[in-house]
Amino acid sequence: MIEANLPLLVPLTFLILALLIPLIGVRVPGAAYPLALAAVLASIPMAGFGLFRVIEGGPVTYTLGGWEAPVGIELVLDPLASFLTLVVTVVSCLVLIHARHVASVEHPDKRVPYYSLVLLLLAGFCGILSTGDLFNLYVFLEISSLAGYGLVAIGDKRSPVAAYRYLILGSVGTGFYLLGIGFIYVMSGSLNMADLARILPHILDQPPVLSGLILMVTGIGLKMALFPLHFWLPDAYSSASSATSALLAPLGTKVGAYILIRVLFFVFDPAEVEQRVPIASVIAWLSAAGVLYGSLMALAQQELKRMLAYSSVAQIGYIGLGLGMANPLGFTGAVLHILNHAFMKAALFLVAGNLRVKVGHSNIADMDQRLSRQMPWSMAALVVAALSMIGLPPTAGFFSKWYLVLGGIQGSDWVFVAVILLGGLLNAIYFFRVVERVYLPFRKGSSDHAAADGVQEVVESREVRLSMLAPTLVLAGGLLVLGLASSFLVNRVIQLMIPPGL
Amino acid sequence: MNDLSTYPSAVPLLAILVSAASVPLIGISARRPNLREFWTLLAAGAKFALVLSLLPSALVSRAAETRLFQISPGIDLTLRADPFGVFFALIASGLWILTSFYSIGYVRGLKEKHQTRYFASFALCLSATLGVAFAANLLTFVIFFEILTISTYPLVIHKQTPEAIAAGRKYLAFTLTAGVVLVAAMAATLQLTGTLEFQAGGLSALEDLSPVEVKILFGMFLAGVGVKAAIMPLHAWLPAAMAAPTPVSALLHAVAVVKSGVFGVFRVVGFVFGPETLSRYGLNEVMLWLAGSTILLASCLAFSEDNLKRRLAYSTVGHLSYVVLGAALLSPSGLIGGLLHIANHATMKIVLFFCAGAIYVNAHKEKISELDGIGRAMPWTMGAFALASLGLAGVPPVNGFVSKWYLGLGALEAGSVAVLSILLISGLLNAGYFVPIVYRAFFKQSEKFRSIGEASAWMVVPLILAAGLSALLGLMPDRFFHFFTLAQQIAAQVLEVSIP
Repeated sequence: MIEANLPLLVPLTFLILALLIPLIGVRVPGAAYPLALAAVLASIPMAGFGLFRVIEGGPVTYTLGGWEAPVGIELVLDPLASFLTLVVTVVSCLVLIHARHVASVEHPDKRVPYYSLVLLLLAGFCGILSTGDLFNLYVFLEISSLAGYGLVAIGDKRSPVAAYRYLILGSVGTGFYLLGIGFIYVMSGSLNMADLARILPHILDQPPVLSGLILMVTGIGLKMALFPLHFWLPDAYSSASSATSALLAPLGTKVGAYILIRVLFFVFDPAEVEQRVPIASVIAWLSAAGVLYGSLMALAQQELKRMLAYSSVAQIGYIGLGLGMANPLGFTGAVLHILNHAFMKAALFLVAGNLRVKVGHSNIADMDQRLSRQMPWSMAALVVAALSMIGLPPTAGFFSKWYLVLGGIQGSDWVFVAVILLGGLLNAIYFFRVVERVYLPFRKGSSDHAAADGVQEVVESREVRLSMLAPTLVLAGGLLVLGLASSFLVNRVIQLMIPPGL
Repeated sequence: MNDLSTYPSAVPLLAILVSAASVPLIGISARRPNLREFWTLLAAGAKFALVLSLLPSALVSRAAETRLFQISPGIDLTLRADPFGVFFALIASGLWILTSFYSIGYVRGLKEKHQTRYFASFALCLSATLGVAFAANLLTFVIFFEILTISTYPLVIHKQTPEAIAAGRKYLAFTLTAGVVLVAAMAATLQLTGTLEFQAGGLSALEDLSPVEVKILFGMFLAGVGVKAAIMPLHAWLPAAMAAPTPVSALLHAVAVVKSGVFGVFRVVGFVFGPETLSRYGLNEVMLWLAGSTILLASCLAFSEDNLKRRLAYSTVGHLSYVVLGAALLSPSGLIGGLLHIANHATMKIVLFFCAGAIYVNAHKEKISELDGIGRAMPWTMGAFALASLGLAGVPPVNGFVSKWYLGLGALEAGSVAVLSILLISGLLNAGYFVPIVYRAFFKQSEKFRSIGEASAWMVVPLILAAGLSALLGLMPDRFFHFFTLAQQIAAQVLEVSIP
């Protein structure tokens, strides 16, 4: 019984709780957090069981309202969807535990809407992951986007402006996507993904179909911040509250990447499409440019969260690069990087949140050596996550890059191999810039504590509370575990996701 | 006798882990220095004992193997104590014991800050070094190679002066770039040959590649490992890294890190490409030229350095290329000479660095021009210095003579008079830049060292032991650790011939 309903369980839990929280929260604002946490905690075993069930017994489908596809809406849980659902629930759970204190410090009067919007966002994400219908996907995309705009708006002074920009550009993105579906629906008469995968090969030569695909990919590119459609991201991520950016940055763009995979590899046949329009190649080249652009821009940032936001642009580039290579190793690297980057970015944004809560800012120029003694654990997490971002073994980041490099060599794309490796070195520069500031004495031009070296001043600990520290450390430690377990994941899980067309 | 058989054993893994396991213990004993140093010494002793227990089976070509788990499809994280791995592990772990004692004297003598971080990083470095030694395939090798890079960084910047920070940046810039090149080379090898397993005599699948592919691959590999081996022009990080405390320079920049580099060169030459492939494409000639010019240039540069540690650093650059030269000769005696020089240079150079550190702690002098008459104040230290520097110049009976003798024989076997003359000239140059130091120390008069004596026993005893070891290994190269037999075995494996 429960198995047949698996695709619906996680999004439905989030959706119901998202609506319950404001109802209860009006009377009891304190109940908002426990309810949200309960929803996320409950979703992890469901997602875990879903993944287990799918790996053991193959995809699970659920027809909404009993209307058979392609007429009705179908929810499909396949290895890719169930795996990413698990990633989303686990990462959001850790972030939510961390967010409780951040939320009560950064926006104490907006806690009820915050938690409600978070669950709405997650409902959207998980809905996107489990739906088997292109239009239904659009609906969930809008749900998550609208929740995202609201969340960004709960932030510092600049956040309404950033949210407004995010809203305009996000709507353009979803608009493009919707337009694309329209084109394809007109030509094929179907919105069901599995159905379309059967119909499309016959009508692929029709210009509207290809135009539809291009429109969809453009819209998705905007949502996943694929260079050069990334311009909304740095503002949105850096001016949102730390609790929000820690949730949006690791997950938001990844769900966009998922839609790209779904449309490009499962609905369409990548090899057939490539003969007509070189979409995969264009994505790969743009991503390669994005890796370099994002890394260089990150190098120029003076604020940690902004730096991380640009770094996200670069990391999305890695994912796009792996997908654009359109070979199994590149695909494996991309999916592994979705997982690894979710962990790394979440860990880094949590560290940024810790800094904001305790030190009051996250300006790189104002960091100094005392931080390493005041917040030893947070800073250790920063170092581990940074090593993983650079791609040094045995952290997780090394292994996703390893598969990407293998994929690049398999396709003889030497430029991509060079870009992947060069990107790692640029990562090293901008992360060591921070690590050096935190661990080594630096003289500041106009500072009152310039004599940091030499004088062993007694610093009292300012480490964050356990509810914030534990998620940070779990994510950072997870990077080591994921690194060592990467081969297991690839063999047991990611291998099953590789689209038949590759 | 040449065929290597393996048997499953956890000892290689334990030998690696024992010092990593001491890191948390060192960390929690931060407030109790004596207990903290006890952990370091315990780990060092245990590590050496574990490595030593692998020696008997390695001598009969039986290698202990720890096969852990898969890290990439088809590739396991595998540790194998083959003769070459044991050879390197013995040197690194054995000298760590001496360095640990010496470090205690050094950091306490100077009242260094961050001592806990220092000892913890040191222990981690040694884990990584043994991982490099025991890696059975390229991926395992690269993983430990990169861990070594990162765990050395805190030691390079230990003093936290602007100079040290700049040195740290330079170090990372060189080594991380090299790591990236190595990863690319490795990925290409996997795609082209389908395997990353080290194989004595080279990967047979390389024969199917086009000459251009082989040449590019070899270039990438040589650049990847050549940075740590300080082959010119990739050596610039090493003199800069002398900003680190002296024990770090002694063990890491004369033994562990740089020797991991030349170890890597040997692995690439003997176990990835193999003598046949290299000589077919003339790649060993390229290595000979690079190593030969590095030897001569580094020796010349050493003359111009007045800073003692920097002079030693350039000397290290030169001597590392002796090893590369030995590998490039691809003849039995050449390989044996190169391998022996890994061990011999280690024992001699560590003495020299220990002496430099002892002088710095007691007399606070770093410049050679300020050392007039110090030999009278610190006779044991400077006596050991004289012995080791003569050894590096190739004077018998110190062990430097033995490796040079075999390198010379190897040059003759390979029929290369040029290499032989490089060796001879370099010996003279070595004498040229070391003898003046000894001369100043013993034969020039100065009043300034009246008030000082020898450094503490923590420092003097290890340096005398290391100097004694150098002399004994010169007289009896095969005594104690069977370095000579091991080197013979390794050369026989690589060349796939039996050497009497």
